Amino acid sequence: MDTAPLRFGKYELTNRLILGTGKYADLEVMREAFAVTGIQMATVAIRRVNLGQTDEPTLLDYIDTDRITILPNTAGCYTAADAVRTARLAREFGFSDLIKLEVLADEKTLLPDPVATLEALRILVAEDFTVMAYTSDDPVMAKRLEDEGAAVVMPLGSPIGTGQGILNPQNIQIILERAGVPIIVDAGVGTASDTSIAMELGAGGVLMNTGVALAKDPAMMARAMALACESGRLAYLAGRIEKRRYARASSPVNGVIE
Amino acid sequence: MKLKVNGEEREVPSGTTVAALLPMLGIDGGRIAVEVNTEIVPKSEHGSRVLREDDQLEIVTMVGGG
Repeated sequence: MDTAPLRFGKYELTNRLILGTGKYADLEVMREAFAVTGIQMATVAIRRVNLGQTDEPTLLDYIDTDRITILPNTAGCYTAADAVRTARLAREFGFSDLIKLEVLADEKTLLPDPVATLEALRILVAEDFTVMAYTSDDPVMAKRLEDEGAAVVMPLGSPIGTGQGILNPQNIQIILERAGVPIIVDAGVGTASDTSIAMELGAGGVLMNTGVALAKDPAMMARAMALACESGRLAYLAGRIEKRRYARASSPVNGVIE
Repeated sequence: MKLKVNGEEREVPSGTTVAALLPMLGIDGGRIAVEVNTEIVPKSEHGSRVLREDDQLEIVTMVGGG
């Protein structure tokens, strides 16, 4: 059985599920969700220190950073310049050269701005970041990001936080067939079957936040997502049968009693 | 002298360094990153970087996000 890890930059993931750290009602629940899935990578956002409330427990107190690689994002950036600035700040934390690059177009759709993303990517690649580039499910754009040095291309399943699942599996498939770098489906995952579909198509991994964090039982949903991720991966590796229009008997057609 | 830290005005003694400012703000110097006038000040330079009147600082940390 092929259980080769997903590799990019200097990183290696045997667990192909990546979870976000946002929107959890309770950080203890987040810790539990991470523990039951055994994830090896988690996203974080970069924001101003809350002056005057600095004795609160910090996010990192709830993440086992010996086992989980921190993946900072540029969420909330609407220009290439802001994303680059955020990435540089993130690197100052001294965890890694990893950045999940997202440059969004507007607050209503939260859809990626592919042109600004490409612009930021060029700068970050020149500065030796390992860039995981969030983008739309457009095969042309995915290829352009790869060509410009993205270590991982991350097409959306559907818009951030919508839970609509994988809206265009055809496009994801085209992206996967033409990719020379790992493809991680990011955003829009609402339930386990969404994760499974992405992995069955051959995605290198799946990244999600809201689908787990806002589930009624986040830890249980996290576990479901981890199982779906593994299940989908195995189904992809096993090689599914072709779809047929007409039935084909599973039992022998000869020797039926008369 | 006056500084702007994360959008808020702060009055600090002149000659204050980045390293000296952090405890004044109640920041223990954990996982943070500091920008002065949009330029990053690496941790290794917090002790030597003297702030000036009207400097604009951004001090950031990691928070939950997806």
